[in-house]
Amino acid sequence: MKTYDMAELAVRNLRESILRNSLTTVGISVGVASLVAMLSLGIGLQQLAGRRLQKSGLFDTVVVTSRRDLRGFNHEQEENGPSPAESPVLNEPARLKIAQLPNVLEAYPDIRFVSEIRYEGKPYLTMMAGLPFSARNNDAFDGMQGSFFSSETATEVILQKSFAAQLLGKTPKAGAEEASVAELAKPLLGKQLTMRYAERTATPATGKKDAPSVDPAEIDNPGGPAYSVVSREATLKIVGVCDLDPDSMRGQARARIFLPLKLAQNLHVMQPSDLRDTTNAGGSTPAYTTVEVHVKSPTQVQAVEDAIKKMGFNTFSIVDATRSLRQFFAVLDLFLGIFGSLALAVASIGIINTLVMAILERRREIGIMKAIGASDGDVKGLFFAEAGVMGVFGGFVGVALGWTIGRVINLGTNVYLKRQHFPPEQIWFVPWWLVLGAIGFAIVVSLLSGLYPASRAARLDPVQALRYE
Amino acid sequence: MPTGEGESSLKNSIAIRTGNLCRHYPMGDALIRAVDGISVQVSSGEFVALLGTSGSGKSSLLNLIAGLDRPTSGTVVVQENDLAKLSRQELAKYRLHTVGMVFQSFNLIPSMTLLENVELPLRFAEVDRGKREGLAKQALDRVGLSARLRHRPTELSGGEQQRASLARALINQPKFLLADEPTGNLDSQTGTEIMNFIREFNETLGMTIIMVTHERTLAERYARRMIFLADGRLVGDQSNAVSAGAAQERGGRL
Repeated sequence: MKTYDMAELAVRNLRESILRNSLTTVGISVGVASLVAMLSLGIGLQQLAGRRLQKSGLFDTVVVTSRRDLRGFNHEQEENGPSPAESPVLNEPARLKIAQLPNVLEAYPDIRFVSEIRYEGKPYLTMMAGLPFSARNNDAFDGMQGSFFSSETATEVILQKSFAAQLLGKTPKAGAEEASVAELAKPLLGKQLTMRYAERTATPATGKKDAPSVDPAEIDNPGGPAYSVVSREATLKIVGVCDLDPDSMRGQARARIFLPLKLAQNLHVMQPSDLRDTTNAGGSTPAYTTVEVHVKSPTQVQAVEDAIKKMGFNTFSIVDATRSLRQFFAVLDLFLGIFGSLALAVASIGIINTLVMAILERRREIGIMKAIGASDGDVKGLFFAEAGVMGVFGGFVGVALGWTIGRVINLGTNVYLKRQHFPPEQIWFVPWWLVLGAIGFAIVVSLLSGLYPASRAARLDPVQALRYE
Repeated sequence: MPTGEGESSLKNSIAIRTGNLCRHYPMGDALIRAVDGISVQVSSGEFVALLGTSGSGKSSLLNLIAGLDRPTSGTVVVQENDLAKLSRQELAKYRLHTVGMVFQSFNLIPSMTLLENVELPLRFAEVDRGKREGLAKQALDRVGLSARLRHRPTELSGGEQQRASLARALINQPKFLLADEPTGNLDSQTGTEIMNFIREFNETLGMTIIMVTHERTLAERYARRMIFLADGRLVGDQSNAVSAGAAQERGGRL
């Protein structure tokens, strides 16, 4: 029998005992639905975590610290490589060298300092950080109000949301609705604030504060360079308010005010590492506490890390830290998938039951078909097609049902989040491969369930089947 | 073709030949010898009645010839094919193309309309969709059921159902029509109607007919040869002059 005829006959046979076959199909649908709902939630949660991490811009970032630095990220490394005293200094030439490594987009120093901000006469003590101009394209600034810095050295700042709230005297109260970024930005954009900071100025004796290259003689100079610290003030314009999470893992994000990195460098603000340089083997060129390296793609992070380690620096990347997180989600997905599959297994027993019942009921019909010339293959194919048709219907209905269940759970979660005064989150996601995969899975499971009944029907002896009254 | 001469010309080609054909099956401890060493030959174009009491093995013999059952031993050769040696697949093809069957209980599929029932063997034969309906309508027209195409078997009388099953048996243009008590469930008037159709197929289409019946009068009226079975054995084989006369008489009437 031709495949199309087979499918057509299968559909009409299924319609004959519509109630039983619909119930069986509903069974498959529920199985598929639970599979889709569970996996879509698993994937959604994974994506949520991924988005959170991505927002922090960590996956393509390597943080480089000097081994001279006592607070290296990875203390184990210090046991292997050169001893801290012998290891290279993390300064401008080292930064340039790193920036030229293959697959490195940029390398910039992490400049951060505490300064006193005056806004409308009131002082605020806060952490400031230099922000590279390339951060303009960062996802982290998606929800930003206002604009990014107009140039690399513009005397402009971007405020972190909570600091903006502080400036406006809007301290978040428990239970109160959190003010939106737009609300906070409105009265602040374009306003001026004054920053008071400590400038590191070279003493006239050395006079080489701007030297771009290192003079080895000077680094080894046991006397060390001399410099003085002068208190300065700068007036800065507020151009933006952003929604960066202050507790995020990313370096800059911990700061409350961002200013252009070049500007921060030009101001020669006193850095914590400067002090260490004076006690250690410092040079006239200021050393950086950390250099952040942006890699073209997360897959190249490891290679870049290795290259930088060879240069004698300590490195740290979040790829190491997220490995365990990804593992957790893989296990979560596996378990959710297993529970979903269990439901589908129950459904497949339903198919077997329905088809075996159908054989008993249609014994005579099978006998007739064989008597008038149906081959074993025709009978087998017919029952197989019936299982397949139930699988197709069950798959489609199940995906729709699972999608709806996932959506309802998502909606419920967001209602709950809203009551707890959290922003809404998409915790549910149905990728196209899950839709196709679930439908395919339903069909495969149905066909497998149809195998036994179909071959049983095919083996039926027509003489006995026809004698049966 | 003059019917009187038929009898002699039929002997020319042997269509069915069984050799010491046996079909035994166990029932509890006993061995039932449903067919027990039957050797018989049927020529092409014959109208044979298999007669015997119930349990004499006539239906079992018919099932063996129909390829629905396989012999325990012996041979059943139809058109030079030994059915015992055919694979299940080949046997299905044989049932599809070489024989048409009619049963006492009609055996139409109740969930299908008459048209679909008659069309079903064409589906198995993989005839194109476009041609199927026309062929099925033609076959139903032949048995006078053109007005009942969309009816289901349960909506029809026994005679109409049996006519539909005749149409189904003919649809693939088989050489043999095997009928198992075709009038057993019908009153005498509709029974006659069905028998006239069967005789017509024998005479105009040249189909070889093997009909199982326990009614001797029916056999005498229509069949040209009567084979008597008892306990699975052949106990009599005679040609039937009366039948030829009856046919002639009927031919004269028309």
